[in-house]
Amino acid sequence: MKNYEVTFIVDPVLSSDEIKTAAKTYSDMLTDEGCNIVDLGELGLKQLAYPINRRNSGVYYCIEYTTTAPAVIAKMELAFRRDERIMRFLTIALDKYAVKFNQDKRDGKIGLSRKKDDDEASSSTTKTEKPVKKQDLTKIEGVGPKIAEVLASSGILTYSDLAAASGDKLKEALAKGGSSFTMHDSSTWAEQSKLADQGKWNELQKMQDSLNGGSSKVGSEEE
Amino acid sequence: MASREDIKFLSNPNIGKKKKKYCRFKKFGIKHIDYKDPDFLLQFINEQGKLLPRRITGNSLKYQKKVAVAVKRARHLAILPYVADLLK
Repeated sequence: MKNYEVTFIVDPVLSSDEIKTAAKTYSDMLTDEGCNIVDLGELGLKQLAYPINRRNSGVYYCIEYTTTAPAVIAKMELAFRRDERIMRFLTIALDKYAVKFNQDKRDGKIGLSRKKDDDEASSSTTKTEKPVKKQDLTKIEGVGPKIAEVLASSGILTYSDLAAASGDKLKEALAKGGSSFTMHDSSTWAEQSKLADQGKWNELQKMQDSLNGGSSKVGSEEE
Repeated sequence: MASREDIKFLSNPNIGKKKKKYCRFKKFGIKHIDYKDPDFLLQFINEQGKLLPRRITGNSLKYQKKVAVAVKRARHLAILPYVADLLK
């Protein structure tokens, strides 16, 4: 009971009905021969990396199936060659890791994880929905887009979060982002974000004018 | 004693340290490379579409061969080009 996967490209100039029937004839051919179709995936209309038969795009289909009689593969490939609607095809035998990979892909287990940039093929957790609406933390003086990201990854998403976070927690969150972030003085962020949370933008503006780059030390070390 | 936050350097004190190269497949336990995924495979080819050597990518021999097979399959299916310029 071997697993196989066949990917083929259908001519895009046909009507979408014809394209679908073209793909269906091959999946029917497989089931008629006694193969068990695991998955029929349409990868859709894609641009080709180089022109084939003077066409620059094609509709990709991918059928994964299992069979006990490998003779069906030769039959199907012959049909592919004869069919003018099929531009390219490729049949592959899947090993156990490939089968597992495809299964995980269908289950949605493969995707970029939120914390680290692992490779896409690793089975990391998928992105979860953020229930809380994210607020623009860059309005706080001293917080730029990169620091806002670092804070967001530690769970500080809104002004009330930042206001509630203690100085140590902020330092921790910054340290998680990387050693370059620990330089930043986060002592006034909680105060600023409290004003922002309450919507007191005038007062926040006044406070930011008196601050110098987010730290309340008068006279910065500019050289 | 000044804390780490008070000390500021003019040039990065970490300069000159060599980044240890590793096989990302062995390290993260990735067993299968999907040939249908061009964004992932772009990491292993250069701007001309050619395969990058193992000493550059850091892959172990086993996985470099799998990468090569995947890239060649992708090229056959016009997911990646055979010849290109300014690919990235």
